[in-house]
Amino acid sequence: MLLEANHVGWRYDKGDWLFRNVDLTVRAGEVVGLTGPSGSGKTTLGRLLAGYMQPAEGTVSVQGRSPGGNAHDPVQMVFQHPERAVNPRWRLEKTVKEGFVPEPGLLEALGIRPAWLSRYPSELSGGELQRCCIARALGPETRFIVADEMTTMLDAVTQAQIWHAMLDIVRERQIGLLVISHDRPLVSRICDRSIPFGE
Amino acid sequence: MTLLEVKDLSISFLHYAKGSRRDKTNVVDGLDLEVHEGEIVAVVGASGSGKSLLAHAVMGILPKNVLVSGDVSYKGERLDAARLKRYRGTEIALVPQSVAFLDPLMKVGEQLHAPADGREQAAERRTLFQKLKLSRQTEKLFPFQLSGGMARKVLFSTAAVARTRLIIADEPTPGMHESDVREALARFKSLAEKGCGVLLITHDIEAALRIADRIAVFYAGTAVEIARAEDFSGSGEQLRHPYTKALWRALPQNGFEPLKGAGQASGPAVELGCPFGSCCGSATGRCAEGKPEPRELRGGWVRCVHAS
Repeated sequence: MLLEANHVGWRYDKGDWLFRNVDLTVRAGEVVGLTGPSGSGKTTLGRLLAGYMQPAEGTVSVQGRSPGGNAHDPVQMVFQHPERAVNPRWRLEKTVKEGFVPEPGLLEALGIRPAWLSRYPSELSGGELQRCCIARALGPETRFIVADEMTTMLDAVTQAQIWHAMLDIVRERQIGLLVISHDRPLVSRICDRSIPFGE
Repeated sequence: MTLLEVKDLSISFLHYAKGSRRDKTNVVDGLDLEVHEGEIVAVVGASGSGKSLLAHAVMGILPKNVLVSGDVSYKGERLDAARLKRYRGTEIALVPQSVAFLDPLMKVGEQLHAPADGREQAAERRTLFQKLKLSRQTEKLFPFQLSGGMARKVLFSTAAVARTRLIIADEPTPGMHESDVREALARFKSLAEKGCGVLLITHDIEAALRIADRIAVFYAGTAVEIARAEDFSGSGEQLRHPYTKALWRALPQNGFEPLKGAGQASGPAVELGCPFGSCCGSATGRCAEGKPEPRELRGGWVRCVHAS
């Protein structure tokens, strides 16, 4: 099972190319780091891989992606700012269960307390919200996760807790993980290999 | 000279629980902190421990549904609405945490200037843009066209000019690349050398250690420890509070140890005892009896009955 980008490029309309000819492969069960300067297009590449946007040139391929984009996508993305990735007017229960109903064991592994699910996003801390966003991404059909600065906004203790939980789940389910991060010590701690981008 | 003095600051939110019944949540509780001229004080700690609220309280930009008690003074004078109006944007500047603080309908270049800016500040910002590798083109962009890191650099450039005497920087570096972080920190350092006080709120402990003179560690709405930068070394034996030790040991380069015990250990302290008690490996019956009072210890201070 592979997530592949072949000669992928991106630009806005007819503007300058943000990047071109990017090749990248993530295998099942592999943890890959993607590091590079701000504004080099790491998040954009993540969004292309996750199928949120179509590349301006080149192709992204992954087994099991529905061409119409109306089914659960095998590639899920977790964003840097969880408060901007959830519906502020929904209680967390609705957000977490939108795509599938997670087993209590999954929520427990991620340290999500049942009481959080009856609250609104503004009533949870960033770390609590991010755990909910991760749970939402770990549906039964998820094969790859793009984690875009997933713990950049969190303190070190919460960061370590979240990554330990995430890595256990990913290993057990053989999910491929692309870790977009500026934090070199973090990348070298958790990734099997890392790809420098835009340097 | 003491630039900023925060004394016994408490902040609580009022929200409607049911009908017209209002609930009160304490989010900052009995906080003391000082920043002296030419000093960089870093504030590190748990997400949701009230770090940003401290910044907003100093700047007078807390939302309306809060109750604030305690004192904030600047250069020995109580920082009331009139003084805030005088100093804010000239002597006291905020580097806000998020790009949401920029006006979404205004080009970046147009909103960089404060009303008090002259040619000197404009030139300073231009040099700063160059040092941070932001092109002149950036000034013509709208905030939504900036990447996360670019937005940080723009926010940073709004505040870090020589006129400023006190900078409150709320998470100025996440998302910035390593070399830009170095540039931004060097800028803080050089402003401090000219007498500017910097309150650097960050969870990047490494960055804080590189430039800060003192480090305040926040947990559940209060400072649990104030340490010297050199106390953060090895496996943290020099650190005073168990939470500080956990924070240090959780860094990817220092063992990456998650805290055992309760899953999520942040947020407001509601219990009467030590707020860290439920997650602390060395908690005893004494810890549940009351909030530990701050006491001086080895050149810093700590709120823990066990620290020695």
